[in-house]
Amino acid sequence: MLPVHYYLGLSVILFIIGTLGVLIRRNAIVVFMSIELMLNAANLAFVAYALYWQSMNGQIFVFFIMTVAAAEVAIGLALIVTIFRTKASIDVDQISTLKG
Amino acid sequence: MGLSETLNAGQFFYLVPFVVFFPVIGLLINLFLGKWFGEKGIGTIACLASGASFIIAVLLGIALLGQPEGMTLPYLNWIKIGSLQLDWAFRVDTLSVTMMLVVGGVGTLIHIYAVGYMHDDVRHNGDPGRFRRFFVYFNLFIAAMMILVSASNYMMLFIGWEGVGLCSYLLISFWYDKGKDGIGNALAGKKAFIVNRIGDFGFLIAAFLMFKYFQPLAPGGVFTFDFQMVAELAPQVPATIIIAITLFLLLGVTGKSAQLPLYVWLPDAMAGPTPVSALIHAATMVTAGVYLITRSHAMYSLVPVAQNWVAIVGGVTALFAATIAVGQFDIKKVLAYSTISQLGFMVAAVGMGAYVAGMFHLVMHAFFKALLFLSAGSVIQGVERGEHHVMHDPTLRKRMKHEAHFDPQDMRNMGGLRTKMKTTFWVYLIGSLALAGIVPLAGFWSKDEILTEANALNPVVLWLLVIAAFFTAFYMGRQVFMVFFGEPRTEPSAHAVESKAIITIPLIILALLSLTGGFLNFPTLHTFTTWLDHIFKAVVEGGAAGEAEAVGFNFMIAIGSTVIAVGGILLAWYLYMRRARQSEHLPLNQRPDDPLRSMLGPVFTLLENKYWVDELYGYVIVKPYQWLSHFLAEKVDWDFWHDFVHDKILVGAYNGITRILAGPIDLGIIDGFANFLGDGFKELAAQMRKLQSGFVRNYALSIFIGVIFIIGYLILRLG
Repeated sequence: MLPVHYYLGLSVILFIIGTLGVLIRRNAIVVFMSIELMLNAANLAFVAYALYWQSMNGQIFVFFIMTVAAAEVAIGLALIVTIFRTKASIDVDQISTLKG
Repeated sequence: MGLSETLNAGQFFYLVPFVVFFPVIGLLINLFLGKWFGEKGIGTIACLASGASFIIAVLLGIALLGQPEGMTLPYLNWIKIGSLQLDWAFRVDTLSVTMMLVVGGVGTLIHIYAVGYMHDDVRHNGDPGRFRRFFVYFNLFIAAMMILVSASNYMMLFIGWEGVGLCSYLLISFWYDKGKDGIGNALAGKKAFIVNRIGDFGFLIAAFLMFKYFQPLAPGGVFTFDFQMVAELAPQVPATIIIAITLFLLLGVTGKSAQLPLYVWLPDAMAGPTPVSALIHAATMVTAGVYLITRSHAMYSLVPVAQNWVAIVGGVTALFAATIAVGQFDIKKVLAYSTISQLGFMVAAVGMGAYVAGMFHLVMHAFFKALLFLSAGSVIQGVERGEHHVMHDPTLRKRMKHEAHFDPQDMRNMGGLRTKMKTTFWVYLIGSLALAGIVPLAGFWSKDEILTEANALNPVVLWLLVIAAFFTAFYMGRQVFMVFFGEPRTEPSAHAVESKAIITIPLIILALLSLTGGFLNFPTLHTFTTWLDHIFKAVVEGGAAGEAEAVGFNFMIAIGSTVIAVGGILLAWYLYMRRARQSEHLPLNQRPDDPLRSMLGPVFTLLENKYWVDELYGYVIVKPYQWLSHFLAEKVDWDFWHDFVHDKILVGAYNGITRILAGPIDLGIIDGFANFLGDGFKELAAQMRKLQSGFVRNYALSIFIGVIFIIGYLILRLG
């Protein structure tokens, strides 16, 4: 069995890629996918630890996270479609209407 | 005594409250209903009110014939505080009834006279509406005087004492909008009021002393101020206290009876209408002092020191005022000083313990001085009528001296009225001779009795009085010659007209009284002495010598005083008739107004200006007092208290503190702190707002950085 470090290392790499995607990319859909990536990284870490600690808690959290992610995708895509309709763009830097 | 036995005399005593009630009823009727009555109605009611109380006094007198010791009639409980009990109680005895008879009798005659006099006076002064007010005051005055004389205790007497003071104030300033600068009469009234207050202060101190030292001795510790109680307790009180009480009472007497040094109000009081002068300043109010000393004889007889003071004050006043009368030109002022002088005679008499003589002179003086004042009023109005006549006659008017104001009271404007006003002349002559002390008129007997008593009791006072008597005869002679003899000095005097019957009839009655009054106490009969004897018996038994007993008739004194009186009159005749004739070749306005002026020189100026006593009082008392008042009002009250203490210190300090609280503390610290918080948060918010860029990635980055920090922190902490 692979040591848990490997899983965690992969999780960290995935998380960092996701984070960088969120921070760097302007395309809302890419940002979205990056968030999914971060969630998957977190899921991986949970699952790894669940295996490591022989506990079901991590697995249950993964289910929750996947549920939230599914809901988020549904709402997020709806938002993106609506924003595109009004602004004709999904560039996140163009959408700063809520600035203080 | 058959009459009094059949009358069941004692019953009459219960009428005594009516001597006070009748005038009160009269004044109330006139006060509330008078405006519908007209002058005749008002006059009738006032005269009836006064006359009714005189009739009561007569009935009381008749009752006293049967029961000479009299009685005290409690009417109501007035004031009761602890050990002090004051009753409204009437004292009926020969002394009080004598006073009631004088007040009621002479007062009623003056009332009748006043009906006629005021009819002209209110028109002359241009305010007929005051007729009613005059008689309201007049009845009030009679009521107050009756309270004074019928009181059975010192406090009730004091009510009357104050009442007559008030009435004199009201009546003297009756024409309050007339006189010098339009306030002269008001000032005269004020002067009378204030000077009397000084005397009343003495009375009150005496009353307080009485309460303090008599109350512990009173039976049951209940002190009533009753005359009899005071008389009974007086011998048990230390003599020094009695001296103090009697001397303070003397101060009251000097105020009310116009003695030195408080006589100054009486001459000014002539500002009132003439009936006022007659009623208040000859017949009633000013005699209250003499009455008070006679009432307090039990105390005075215990302390010869105080008696001596009273006698000296009286004697000196008699002489002092008599000399001033010589230098006066106002017909009423001469009589005013004469009154002061005659009151001096009375006070001297009661001071020496010759109470009967003093009271006798009081009664006689009431007759002839009222007569003189009223006749003077008749003269004044006669001259005023003459002036009126002259002013309406163009040819006569040109002959009038072009003076701003013609003074109908100035004797220099008169002369030759003997033929113009016959009745007035004759009654005036009788009054003058009675005052001068010519046999057999009223003044002779009473003055003679005083002189006889003085001869036996106090030679210093005798000489003072003898000299005063000479001056009295002289100034009365001077007055009669100036007013009635010679030729008229002015046109109004030449056209003077006799007064109406309503004025002359009271004058004639008073003249008859002045003619015959002396026989009331004719030597060897001593009716009046017997009459008053019961009052003083206690004293005689108390051992203070038989001073109150009548001294026998002394021919030497009688002849001496007659010679002096005749001498005075002759001197006046020589100066004012003979010497005046020498200057007849001169035109009227170049003749000397008074031959004494050139003879006496500065002395006459001194007399004419009344020894400058008013000015002296002005400089010694009034000016410093005014200065002090001014100082207290302006400097202390306004400048110091108001401006400095209030405005500067209190208001200033308050303003200062408020300013500090409002400025630095409220605005600076409290508001500053609040604003600082507000500004701080505003600034913070402004800074924070910049973080709200609206760029999703910025938010994500900050969350990322935050997460790193938190994780870092957790790791470090765990490590």
